[in-house]
Amino acid sequence: MRGIVHHITEELRNTARELLASGRISAFLGFREGDHPMTVAPFAARTAEEVELLIFNSFCVLNSANTIPELLRDLTPPAKRGEPPNEPPMIGVIATGCWSRNIVVQIQEHQVPRDKLVIVGVASRGMVDRRKVLAKLPNSDVYSVEEQDHLLLVRGRGYEVEIPRWEVVRDNCRSCSHPEAVDFDLWIGPKTGPRSIDAPFQELEEIEGLGAAGRWEWFSNEFSRCIRCYACRNACPLCYCPTCFVDDSRPQWVGKSADFSDTATFHLLRAYHCAGRCTDCGACESVCPMDIPLRKLTKKLYKAVKERFGFEPGLSSGATLPLSTFSSEDREEFILRPGGPGQEER
Amino acid sequence: MELIVSGSDLDRLIRSLKEKGRVAGPVSRPTFRGRMVAWAEIRSIGEVVFDEAPRESMKRFLFPQPEVLLRFKRKGTGYEVEPGQVSQETVLFGVRPCDARSACLNLLPYQDDPFFLRNMAATVIVGTRCEQPCSTCFCRDVGGGPESIEGMDARITPCGEGSWKIELFTEKGLALFQAMAGGEPAPTPEGGAEKTPPLLKPLKSAPLSSLYESDVWAELARACLNCGICTFLCPTCYCFDIQDERLGSSGRRIRYWDSCMFPLFTQHASGHNPRPTKLHRVRNRFLHKLKYFPDRFGSFSCVGCGRCVRECPVGIDIRKVMKRLAEAVQTEV
Ligand code: SF4
Ligand code: SF4
Ligand code: SF4
Ligand code: SF4
Ligand code: SF4
Repeated sequence: MRGIVHHITEELRNTARELLASGRISAFLGFREGDHPMTVAPFAARTAEEVELLIFNSFCVLNSANTIPELLRDLTPPAKRGEPPNEPPMIGVIATGCWSRNIVVQIQEHQVPRDKLVIVGVASRGMVDRRKVLAKLPNSDVYSVEEQDHLLLVRGRGYEVEIPRWEVVRDNCRSCSHPEAVDFDLWIGPKTGPRSIDAPFQELEEIEGLGAAGRWEWFSNEFSRCIRCYACRNACPLCYCPTCFVDDSRPQWVGKSADFSDTATFHLLRAYHCAGRCTDCGACESVCPMDIPLRKLTKKLYKAVKERFGFEPGLSSGATLPLSTFSSEDREEFILRPGGPGQEER
Repeated sequence: MELIVSGSDLDRLIRSLKEKGRVAGPVSRPTFRGRMVAWAEIRSIGEVVFDEAPRESMKRFLFPQPEVLLRFKRKGTGYEVEPGQVSQETVLFGVRPCDARSACLNLLPYQDDPFFLRNMAATVIVGTRCEQPCSTCFCRDVGGGPESIEGMDARITPCGEGSWKIELFTEKGLALFQAMAGGEPAPTPEGGAEKTPPLLKPLKSAPLSSLYESDVWAELARACLNCGICTFLCPTCYCFDIQDERLGSSGRRIRYWDSCMFPLFTQHASGHNPRPTKLHRVRNRFLHKLKYFPDRFGSFSCVGCGRCVRECPVGIDIRKVMKRLAEAVQTEV
């Protein structure tokens, strides 16, 4: 590791080390390197030695917010019988733009107490989709990848190639206007400011233009590959329900197999559960082993919420949540009336 | 027995096979990330990808997802029951040696399962050999190898200039290529059997408690997302659940994939869960493959295909786990 990510990693470790040594926090949540090239694993450092494992690089495609509720639960001493639950200790957490926005969402939804967090903000450079890298390689096989500021140096059996980093950056990062943490206590690395994106929803246009039948065809083609592994759900910081609707058996909301009607139901419901909450962090899409363009659904809902309610999730913890308020100005053309609008495409 | 055939002969064969059933192989597909190798029905041998393993194993053909076990209809006070789906005649081209071997390993726990046996009988596995094992392949360490023919009915090897070498190992394989082979000789399976993998013995002889209490589990549990990627893509993970799906007075009983990584897998009706934490579930996945299955059936429940290594979103590598466990055992004695 060299260049920017190396410096940020150093700063990250210094900050985490100081926070732990001062006794202010009992763990620092971030990522450590995975066993396989271009992977990282969620990791909460609890000691000075463990701090040395923390890293920040272009392969942090997971979302640090996803592990916060679980970590706080794990660190809270169990209450004695009959006594009120204990308070969780404080933790430190690293946050890019979307990670911090997901933390804000968790605060708004009362999953995470803000006063238990020391948020260490950082500017994301855009994370790399490792499968975009693999798709460019012979046999998709790789031995090692070295990250430089604008290049990935990739080595495999009998080859060594340089791939321009931006070519393999994830689609959500390419259209992201908030690479910097929006809510933070400390800062590491350079500040880059917001990015101006001319057409943030451009990636939807092709599908939007297809018409109802074409869209259904696109949806069934792409989503029928789903193996129902639920990695997308498990990687998502919005999915903290103690019992997910797919696991409920009384009543059972959705069939369990990969019959397409069941898979489709899973995806439509999952996407709608994320409406007005999803920050387009891309964790769900990044972990999908079957190359399913999951984010297209949540991004469409992001756009709908933005256009209808002028709301973007996770930008301010004081904001009113669009799905928990009502205004008589809300548009309701989705209520279908015979001969009314919304019927033409059916 | 061995024969050399041309691509157009194979394509003709594939076309005629498709009249009776399905013919599938790993093909390259465009995706938003570039491309992926996925199982699909094929029309010609040229579509089959030989130099890269498909993301999924061939498991879906032997363990349909879902498999309809029976159909039922209310009749008076009882139910009228009809058999479920019939196994489709299937020919799989380009199955890698590890994946082919998985069928033999899965047969051990499924030897009395009529549905699996029926699916096996209806499937012809035309395997291939791996010229270039990937960095994530470790078939040799678990008792297989890139030259293994275990589980294959036949093997196909591209030999350049549009011609293919076909080796026939079983009656099923012979029957498939009968027209081309001109009938005759008995198949002679050769090759295959590799030596006992070095890690098998120490893990088999280790007392379970020493592996069970290893501190590797807590470490893995901190990283693992508890998703179904490793188990669902794994050719030797075969766990299932059964459910009745009912609409009005009729319905079907289905069997579908389940995973020991999911909390629901062990959830009791009482609410109790004997594997309540990630640690319990991670431990079960690895010990099932590396200890319980070998203790019972004599072999690792792993063919070393490396899918779980490549596809795990947090980069957990089963080879490291094996090494850690073996080391722990060795330092103990
Ligand atoms: S749905 Fe996907 S993109 Fe949206 S917050 Fe969840 S993981 Fe991130
Ligand atoms: S998909 Fe919906 S029900 Fe399931 S965990 Fe996510 S938000 Fe909760
Ligand atoms: S991660 Fe991909 S394959 Fe797995 S359930 Fe989600 S969409 Fe389906
Ligand atoms: S694929 Fe990786 S993260 Fe998912 S359950 Fe398996 S080990 Fe855990
Ligand atoms: S455990 Fe991993 S390497 Fe072994 S057969 Fe399953 S997916 Fe392949």
